[in-house]
Amino acid sequence: MKVVFHLFLQSATLGRKRAFLTIAAIAWGTVAILLLLSFGEGLKQQLGKNSRAMGENIGVMWMSETTKAWKGMNPGRPIRVRIDDIPLLASRLPELESLIGEAIQWRTNLTAGKKTVAGRVKGVNYPYGEARKQYPVAGGRFLSPLDEAERRRVIFLGNELAEDLFGRDDPVGQTLLVANAPFTVIGVMQKKTQMGAYAGMDKDHSIVPISTWKALFGRPTVNNLVIRVRDGSKMKDAIARTREVIAAKYGFDPSDERALPTWDTVESQKINQNVSTGIQVFLGIIGALTLLIGGVGVANIMYAVVKERTREIGVKMALGAKAGWITGPFVLEGLSYTLVGGAAGMLIATLLVLGMSFIPTDGNKVMEFLGTPKLSLPIGVATASILGVIGLLAGYFPARRAASIDPAATLRYE
Amino acid sequence: MSSRQEMTRETTPPASGRPIIEMVGIRKVYDTGKVQVEALKGVDLRIEKGEFVAIVGPSGSGKSTLMNLVGCLDTPSGGDYFIGGEKVAGLSRDQLADVRNRRVGFVFQAFNLLPQISAFENVEMPLVFGGVPPKVRRAKVAELLERVGLGDRMDHKPTELSGGQMQRVAIARALAMDPDIVLADEPTGNLDTTSGTDIMGVFLDLWKQGSTLVVITHDMALARRASRIVEIRDGRIVSDRPAEQAA
Ligand SMILES: Nc1ncnc2c1ncn2[C@@H]1O[C@H](COP(=O)(O)OP(=O)(O)O)[C@@H](O)[C@H]1O
Ligand SMILES: [Mg+2]
Repeated sequence: MKVVFHLFLQSATLGRKRAFLTIAAIAWGTVAILLLLSFGEGLKQQLGKNSRAMGENIGVMWMSETTKAWKGMNPGRPIRVRIDDIPLLASRLPELESLIGEAIQWRTNLTAGKKTVAGRVKGVNYPYGEARKQYPVAGGRFLSPLDEAERRRVIFLGNELAEDLFGRDDPVGQTLLVANAPFTVIGVMQKKTQMGAYAGMDKDHSIVPISTWKALFGRPTVNNLVIRVRDGSKMKDAIARTREVIAAKYGFDPSDERALPTWDTVESQKINQNVSTGIQVFLGIIGALTLLIGGVGVANIMYAVVKERTREIGVKMALGAKAGWITGPFVLEGLSYTLVGGAAGMLIATLLVLGMSFIPTDGNKVMEFLGTPKLSLPIGVATASILGVIGLLAGYFPARRAASIDPAATLRYE
Repeated sequence: MSSRQEMTRETTPPASGRPIIEMVGIRKVYDTGKVQVEALKGVDLRIEKGEFVAIVGPSGSGKSTLMNLVGCLDTPSGGDYFIGGEKVAGLSRDQLADVRNRRVGFVFQAFNLLPQISAFENVEMPLVFGGVPPKVRRAKVAELLERVGLGDRMDHKPTELSGGQMQRVAIARALAMDPDIVLADEPTGNLDTTSGTDIMGVFLDLWKQGSTLVVITHDMALARRASRIVEIRDGRIVSDRPAEQAA
């Protein structure tokens, strides 16, 4: 090893320019792989966050028609869960965190002062706030059990609807006419980037207690139910169990899934997650290929060096250099260019990612969707190992060529 | 011939009386893909310690091939070869490298000094390969360069030296590990007459100081100053005699 090092230091093989180009190629490849991976990580985290913005561990169950005959009744019978039945159904489903009714009135006139907007008014049971992440901006609140019990005329607004109606004013405490009935605004939803929605985006809906809603619009049934479980892995069972309880109450085949079509968001988040991971792996592979090209560049230059120095290698062999002393300096050289380039690339990439983290995601539509690139230890470790392997290979193959040189043939004087 | 009898002793440990070089029926075939060139067709050669052997013969007769085999730079296609009593056949690449390092010193027609490093570092190289500690190395290199008259040129790069000086550095390098034998392949071939005579003088001095030398040369005047002349033609030794009897 000492001999290898002595020889390595003695033979500054690459000219400065070639060494620089080689290092730059590796640095570029490292920057590419790190940026792609951290971009993928940021995207993954952002997609995860956005897809959870609608709510976690929830399922959405719509009202539809039976598709199977049941106890002498023909298929095609509509099933409509009544608002008033929800407490009873919930009591039969203790395994659920909550069973929530959601009734929707589309294009209802909402009037604040002189301003009138046609908005969507939902009546929901109060646990909707937690389940569907209707977090209020400070100073306001979501619906309470009392609001529901006392059929209060209170309303919670999506942030964009609130802005449409009240502009920059604080809506909380103000009066809003809903279909000409006066309501008090009790809260405004915090802004969120929502990915995945049914019945429109949360930012432009408005919410009143489901009891109030029933009295106001005179319709006794829900549009859909929101099911929430404590443990996401129990979602499938919970959906089946809920269908069973409703089937028993309303009289249809509990195996008739299409009577109550359901969106299992736990399942779709899992798929989202897999897609993000897939994207990240794909980006990583592209990055690794870029780096590999850099490595091939190193190997190529080293091959050229081996060729240029064939006679020198032959001389060293004649003087008694063992194979390892011939190959060692080449491997060391390939490795050192790769590592220097890799270190430079890591530094540049880290600075770039740090720089990008100062770009705010809020208010920037692209960034809200893509997220900010994130460097992590696993990404660093993965990149470093890829670099190490490429460095070793970039040195190893040229070195092997060098060791296979036949000294007698090389030193022949023609 | 005595060399035939030597074959029966091949398993005995090296006796102090054994020759440095002992070749029996050595053949070398170059396989260039299409044609096979038989460069050596059965060579018997013994060289004792302290000899100065001149190898002569026409170009292409196999002199360099023989030299490469003697120096373990290449392996024979057939025959037996012992260097310092050690059987060469069957040695690994690294073992051969070790034999070259410890037992053989090479001097080439084209000098073959490494151009980027100084005269000092060139001479130091075999000592590095031989695992000699740096302190000992430095003293040894300085002594060797003094001996070939280049004590004041140690830090010069080969390109800053004349041909004769380069060959002196190469000779110093060949002597670095105190080899059993110094092999020189047309060492004056690239030099003008004056430098050539000069280098030949260095070899004669080495011989007088006890070195064993094998020198390939075209110069008969020079060959006659050796102790023995071996003449090769077409891959065979055609004459092997003390120098004073040479024609
Ligand atoms: N590496 C080689 N490959 C093929 N043929 C070779 C090789 N080395 C030498 N020869 C051939 O072997 C013969 C002897 O060459 P060489 O030993 O160099 O002769 P000399 O040194 O006496 O001029 C020549 O015919 C030469 O062409
Ligand atoms: Mg020759």
